[in-house]
Amino acid sequence: MNLMMLLEMAVSGFGERVAVRSGTEQLTYQQLFDAAGAAAAELEASRCENAALLDVNSLAVPIGLFASAWAGRPFVPLNYRLADAEIEALAARIAPSFLVAAPERADALAELPGTTVVARETFLRRVLGAPGREPSWPMDADAIAILLFTSGTTGAPKAAVIRHKHLVSYIFGSVEFGAAGEDEAALVSVPPYHIAGMAAITSSIYAGRRIVQLPGFSAEAWIETARRERITHAFVVPTMLGRIVDALAAQSDTGLPHLRALSYGGGKMPLPVIERAMELWPSTDFTNAYGLTETSSTIAVLGPEDHRAAAASDDPAIRRRLTSVGRPLPSVEVEIRGPAGGRLGPDRHGEVCVRGEQVSGEYLGTKSTLDREGWFPTRDGGFVDADGYLFLDGRIDDVIVRGGENMSPGEIEDVLLEHEAVADCAVVGIPDEQWGEAVAAAIVLGPGRYATVEDLQQWVRDRLRSSRTPQRIEFRDELPYNETGKLLRRRVKAELSGEIP
Amino acid sequence: MARLKTGTRLKSAVCNTQVMVVAAPDADVDCSCGGHPMIDAAATAPEGLSISPEAAKGTMLGKRYVDADGKLELLCIKAGAGSLAAGGVALVLKEAKPLPSSD
Repeated sequence: MNLMMLLEMAVSGFGERVAVRSGTEQLTYQQLFDAAGAAAAELEASRCENAALLDVNSLAVPIGLFASAWAGRPFVPLNYRLADAEIEALAARIAPSFLVAAPERADALAELPGTTVVARETFLRRVLGAPGREPSWPMDADAIAILLFTSGTTGAPKAAVIRHKHLVSYIFGSVEFGAAGEDEAALVSVPPYHIAGMAAITSSIYAGRRIVQLPGFSAEAWIETARRERITHAFVVPTMLGRIVDALAAQSDTGLPHLRALSYGGGKMPLPVIERAMELWPSTDFTNAYGLTETSSTIAVLGPEDHRAAAASDDPAIRRRLTSVGRPLPSVEVEIRGPAGGRLGPDRHGEVCVRGEQVSGEYLGTKSTLDREGWFPTRDGGFVDADGYLFLDGRIDDVIVRGGENMSPGEIEDVLLEHEAVADCAVVGIPDEQWGEAVAAAIVLGPGRYATVEDLQQWVRDRLRSSRTPQRIEFRDELPYNETGKLLRRRVKAELSGEIP
Repeated sequence: MARLKTGTRLKSAVCNTQVMVVAAPDADVDCSCGGHPMIDAAATAPEGLSISPEAAKGTMLGKRYVDADGKLELLCIKAGAGSLAAGGVALVLKEAKPLPSSD
C-alpha cells in the first residue's frame, strides 16, 4: 500500500479533471502526478530521509505529499507559526531533510544543519511541467507516510506517526472512489500541518473533488472564495465557523448558495454557533467529524440527517445529539472504558478507546500506545448513549478533582454558555489548599451583555451540584486559542492560578 | 489456494485488472479473474492464457467486489476486461453506502 495508489487511480479514472486550484494556478490529476514524480526525483537526489514543508496551503502541499510517498520518505508538514528557533529544533529531529519553505522564511533557514532548504516558488518551478515518469514507488504498507508534530500544548512536541496503511485504510473505509460530480469543489482552509489538512487532500483526490486552497484563513477570504469558486464542500474548525457566521451576519447577503456540505471538527463546537449556521444555510448538509491525529483523521460522524432531526426535536434526548460527535465509521470500533480498563455500558462516562485499520496511536521513538488487542486510548473522556451516539467530555487530563470528586470542565462550560450574557468560557481546576483543586472559570461576555460573578455562580448552582460552582470567575476580552481552534487550557489555568499575570 | 491478507494486491493473469484485498475470510480462497487464477501484483503472468468468455464482463475502477457472505472484499485498483470470482463463483459488485464527506 502506498498513498500514490490513490493518485494513480484518480489519474486513470479522471486524469484530465482539475485536482487542485490555488489562486489562479491549477493542476489536473495528471499534472499533479507528473509533478509528484519530478519532485520525488529531487528528493531521491538530495539523499534526504524526510521531506518537510514549512508553508501555508499551496500547490506545493499535494505535490510534496505525493512526492514523498513516491520517493518512500515521510512527509513532515511543519507549523509555520513557529519561530525560527523552534523550527531549528524540529529540523534537527528530522535531518537529513529536504525542506520546502515559504518564500519569506527560506533565507533565514538556509543554513539549517542537514537540511536542504528550497523556497516554494523555486521548488514549483523545478517540478511543474516536467515530463512524466514511470510509476516506481515502494509498496511497503508499514512505511511512514506522514509525521505530524503535535501542537505541544502539554509539553515538547511529539511526532505522531501515520503509516501508509493507516491513511489508505482511512480513505478506502470512508470515501467512495470517483463519487464527486464534476462541479464539486472542496475549500481547504485548515493548515497542512493539521491532520485534517492532509485528510482533505487524500479524500478529495480519491473522490475526484476539486480542491480549492485558501492559503491563510480569514472569514472574509473564506466567504469570498466560497462564492467565487462555487464551493460545494468545506471543512472548518469551530473557531472558523464562528467567525464566518459573524462576518456573514454583518453582510446584507448571508447566502452561500453553492455550499452543499459543511463538515466541522477539531474541537468542541459551541451549540449557539452550529444553531446559527444551520439557520443561515438551511439547505446545507452539516457533518460533525470527530478524529485525532493518531487515528488518521475522522473516526465518528454526526451526519446531516442527525443534525436536522436533532434541531427539529423537542425530545431532550434527541435534541442533545447536536452536541454529540455521532456514531463511529463502519470501519472503526469505539468503546468506553472505566479507570480499571473495563468496558462501560451506555451513558457511563469513561475514556474513549478506538480500534481500526486507520488507527496509528504511535509516536516517533516511543512504543505504540495500542494495547494487545489493538485499542488506542484517546485520552478523551466521553460516553455513548443507548442509540450509539458518542458524546465527548473533553480531555481526561483536564478533569478537575475537587475533594475526591471528578468533574469535567465541559459540563460546567455547557451550563455557563447557556447564560445569555456568556459568549465564551473556559473552566479549569486551580490549586486549592482545602480541596486539592477548585473550580475556576474565565468568561467572555457577549457584546453589550452584562453579568456579575455572583450571577454566574448562582446560575451554575441552580443547575448543577454546588461543588461544581466556580469558586473563582474572571472576565476576559477573549480566550487563548491556537490557530486550529484548540483552546490553550494550560494558559487559562496558569492565569487563573495566578502563575502568570 | 491461499490465505489472503488485507492490503495484499493481486493482478489478473489475462487482463489489466488489479485488486487490493479489503477484507478476507479466515480460510483459503482462490481468486480468479478472466477465468484464471490471480497472481501476486509483482509476479509475471504466465504466457499463452486468454480470458474465458464466461468471465469477461470486466472490472470497474474503484468498485468493490464481494462474495455471497461478504467475507471476501476486493477493491479494483486497475480496471480490466476479465471478471472476478472466488472458488469459481462470480463476485458481485458491492453497493456503495455513502458516508457524509467529513474532511
